[in-house]
Amino acid sequence: MNPVDKRRREFFGQAAAIAGAMIAPGLMLYEYAEAKAPGEPVSGKVRWGMLIDTTKCAPGCRECVDACNRENGLPGTTRATDSQWIRKVDLKDLKTGKAVSLPVLCQHCAEPPCVDVCPTGASFKREDGIVLVDRHTCIGCRYCMMACPYKARSFVHETTTGQSPDVPRGKGCVESCTLCVHKVDKGGTPSCVEACAAAGHQAIVFGDLNDPSSEISKRIRAATTTQLRADLRTDNGVRYQGL
Amino acid sequence: METNSARRAFWALLAAGGAVLAVALGAAHYMEVHGHAVTGMNNQVVWGLPHVFAIFLIVAASGALNVASIGSVFGESDYKPHAPLSVLLTVALLAGGLMVLVLDLGRPERLVVAATHYNFRSIFAWNMILYNGLFAICALYLWALLERRLGRFAKPVGLAAFAWRIILTTGTGSIFGFLVARQAYASGVIAPLFIALSLAWGLAVFHLAQSGLARLAGREPMDAELHARVRRLLAIFVIAALYFVAVHHLTNLYWAKQVAFERFILVSGAPYPALFWAGYVVLGSLVPLVLLFHPALSSARATAAASVLVALGALAFLYVFIVGGQAFPLEIFPGYEAASTFGDGRVDGYSPSLPELLLGLGGLAASFLIALAGARALPILAPAKVAIAAPAPAK
Repeated sequence: MNPVDKRRREFFGQAAAIAGAMIAPGLMLYEYAEAKAPGEPVSGKVRWGMLIDTTKCAPGCRECVDACNRENGLPGTTRATDSQWIRKVDLKDLKTGKAVSLPVLCQHCAEPPCVDVCPTGASFKREDGIVLVDRHTCIGCRYCMMACPYKARSFVHETTTGQSPDVPRGKGCVESCTLCVHKVDKGGTPSCVEACAAAGHQAIVFGDLNDPSSEISKRIRAATTTQLRADLRTDNGVRYQGL
Repeated sequence: METNSARRAFWALLAAGGAVLAVALGAAHYMEVHGHAVTGMNNQVVWGLPHVFAIFLIVAASGALNVASIGSVFGESDYKPHAPLSVLLTVALLAGGLMVLVLDLGRPERLVVAATHYNFRSIFAWNMILYNGLFAICALYLWALLERRLGRFAKPVGLAAFAWRIILTTGTGSIFGFLVARQAYASGVIAPLFIALSLAWGLAVFHLAQSGLARLAGREPMDAELHARVRRLLAIFVIAALYFVAVHHLTNLYWAKQVAFERFILVSGAPYPALFWAGYVVLGSLVPLVLLFHPALSSARATAAASVLVALGALAFLYVFIVGGQAFPLEIFPGYEAASTFGDGRVDGYSPSLPELLLGLGGLAASFLIALAGARALPILAPAKVAIAAPAPAK
């Protein structure tokens, strides 16, 4: 074999190895973490959801809130006009005095009232259950905020600063938790879930409610969980344990 | 023949209305540039004073059509000469209300998006079609009323306008009635309540506009017999509205889950109980009823005073209904006391800002200008009655 052919062979070998190394994790992710390829439509076979175990949620802990603010470029201030996509709510049972702390965010309802009332269709639900606002067609009427049973939505009251490239925001539009759709579509997990786990609480489980073998499905089968305002039959994607 | 003083008065009123409108447009621009942070509205009370004015104007618009409907649909010929003004007022009030609503949007420049993207599950989207449809029907109606050759169309178009306005006000009421999660709303009775309110508010505005415009034009006031009928009708409409308001609150009081909200709105949640009882019930309804029914108070001035009070009572009612309804904490966790950084479990404050008030007044000014200019440009006002000479007695 002449030296030129040998170098050529080595070059092709190395190129194939590099290409393989680059593609393989992607294939693995698509296969095992249910990520979707860019351009691939969202599948209705998946329904993303969350289980929040209030018995593990620590009072005073704000790791999930801070992580959400960092990930989505939110200011993190709590004036009445500031956006809060996720908030910690402290509850006290009026009869027994039992105290519970839990995060409340968009419940990603199967029958979302915000989507029903939106005049332009800017509020919409993806096939995989994630409820979003199209920032290009939201006219800022705030009817969705009137309709949301969970106060999950915020209106951008002033010019935004420090935006994240993955999360467009804009003055005059309504916004809410996206379930970190920009991460989920790449096989990732919402930031609040990661932050809760990193803090050692493991109070939030994220996964596919339609997959019987997912951890969230197993947990929901094993323990009693509740949906907020279940009387409204909005069939929330976020469920609570210990409430 | 128009006198010089009448001409001067017209231009002075036009200039005054124009000035208020200009200031309102400036306020809207200020809110758009700085965002809603400069208003009193926030993430808990998302609809504020602009909506109070906008809903008042839109509900009154539908009611202003009363007089035309009574003439065209129910065949009461005494009302027919006033039908054109009735239709013009509907257009004027609707335009003023929609102006406020649009300028309060977070993205008012996206009106074209609202006009091209419809979600037919949304009552808001239906209302956009209903509002635009009413403009079109009113234009045809006015044409049929003013053009003698089209007179035969006045009845069918009037019937269509009557049906349309009932559906439209049902839609306006349902903006609130369909809010399933809110204690203050979520009720089927809100749609008929809004229709009853529209009848009263629209007739009150009609009476004020008719007497004002007739005076400006140097015409005689409404003839005494018709005036007496309008007074009785306004009183009946005020009672009908009170009835539906009472039914709404009594129904709520019967449900244990609504008692806390009713206590808030009717007793403890200052300033709303005072606005409701003193503003809407006493000054906006009971005092006008005395003014309208008392035999010693049958003057046009008493009717005008009653009409002004009904309109002010309307603003008080809507402030309680819209702002008070949102200020009460949304019940997400029944049986628990809740606290958070986002207003959970807490009554929310709302202080209307000056730009919001100016925008609301701008809506009134826009309606005023359209009515004023329309009544001058078109033969809108009822012609003076021609006295028919009695036949001379036989000698």
